[in-house]
Amino acid sequence: MSVRRPVVEGVFTTDPPALLGARCTICTNHHFPRLDQCPYCGHESVVPVELTGPGTLWGWTTVENPPPGYLGTVPYGFGVVELPEGLRVITRLATPTDNWTFGQPMRLRIVELGPDGDGDPVTTWEFTP
Amino acid sequence: MTEVEIAGIGMHPFGRFDGVSVTEMGVTAVRAALVDAGIGPGDRPGFQAAFCGTAYSGVAAGHKVLGALARTGMPIVDVEAGCASGGAALGLAAAAIRAGQYDTVLVFGMEKMPKGIIRSSFFEPWREESGLAATPAYFALRAQRLMRERGITKEDLAAVVVKNRAAGALNPEAMYQSPTTIEAVLGSRVVCEPLHLFMLCSPNEGAAAVVLRRGTASGSGAVRLDAAVLRSHLPGSVLGEATPLAGIEDLEITPPTTLAADAAYAEAGIGPGDVDVAECQDTDAARELLGWEELALCPPGDQAAFLASGAASLGGSRPINPSGGLLSKGEPLGASGLGQVVELTRQLRGTAGARQVDGARVALAHTVGRGANASVTILSR
Repeated sequence: MSVRRPVVEGVFTTDPPALLGARCTICTNHHFPRLDQCPYCGHESVVPVELTGPGTLWGWTTVENPPPGYLGTVPYGFGVVELPEGLRVITRLATPTDNWTFGQPMRLRIVELGPDGDGDPVTTWEFTP
Repeated sequence: MTEVEIAGIGMHPFGRFDGVSVTEMGVTAVRAALVDAGIGPGDRPGFQAAFCGTAYSGVAAGHKVLGALARTGMPIVDVEAGCASGGAALGLAAAAIRAGQYDTVLVFGMEKMPKGIIRSSFFEPWREESGLAATPAYFALRAQRLMRERGITKEDLAAVVVKNRAAGALNPEAMYQSPTTIEAVLGSRVVCEPLHLFMLCSPNEGAAAVVLRRGTASGSGAVRLDAAVLRSHLPGSVLGEATPLAGIEDLEITPPTTLAADAAYAEAGIGPGDVDVAECQDTDAARELLGWEELALCPPGDQAAFLASGAASLGGSRPINPSGGLLSKGEPLGASGLGQVVELTRQLRGTAGARQVDGARVALAHTVGRGANASVTILSR
């Protein structure tokens, strides 16, 4: 029997959909994925934050050919979404289209990427209008 | 400060060479550089240290080249700094000469890249699996941001390709030796919008070598290496070459190219206005235009006008990528930065033939890529 598994542990949650980040209590910046030390100022005083969006679209393109090691299908949307916490996150985007606009609202959801080598479905996050 | 001179240069052309090993390409470039430096068969080893820039050539790649040339016994160090590997090797060699450690140092770089998207152990496997390691997509996002914030159009991006390919058509060591047109560039297939195939350089194969020598106080008339600086990134920029998964507002975060350029200008005692000719990393057409402002060769937002004026073309007031750039030559990572130094040395010697920039006295070479690593080299005569 196939079991859905996240493409990576400790980076996002499925229910509710959230990216697992953190905020530095010294420089106040957020980061993602979560580390035990602020990647910007180096202080170790960080607190976990669940980043749930919604955000706004900050950059987008379409990947037409499968990059090496990729489990999913092409074409797929790829871009940057800016979250209310001030964080710009690299992300997959829902169904590629030419109709993206800068600043449009985007929400987070969990999707199936494709099967892994054992045939089990693998999940990841994406943003969708 | 101790002067460092370019005593010799050598190249193996950039392109695709089935049946030629990376070691053989390195041997060709090193042999030519040694001849150019006047280091003959009887002068063994002829240099006191060797630095080899390469990313994909495996363990002790530099030793295999120098072993084939029967020139070993000295320290041989392979240097990997992504697209800046050659510049990094050059910086280490120049610093060792300035420190008084050596009189003559060999620097070379070579690569035999797989075709297509560059696969890199840099990314964790899950990032590849989920489609978040697609290198050209990062280039595309950077291009889109530059277009949005600097008023650059797709036609401007195509014009960069036309400019560089026009120069490359005059370079017998380039992979693509034919000019192209705006229509042909925009008619090539879309790789990742807004980037079309012709706007992206080809990872390929080749080698380049440079012999550095301690200069004399009075100067020998040789091309001088005034600065060879390597810098890494500061954290925070989501579209920087460090390719993090997230970033923050980055307008106040100095990019690695600017860190390297500022240090190189200071070390050379010049400003960006003094640069007569430059080779600037054109992994894709937008990357070159971003480099212009990061290197202060052009004010931010003036790129389109500077390009349209013809100033950056061969025959212009400040030609950029007279070799044809990576868009014509392709990018063999470890060799690309040293290939720039070979081109600029020829320009300063006045031996660049049909590509000669008249009266060039100060030249700048720039590479930036994975890491992030950025290198800026300044040469003069």
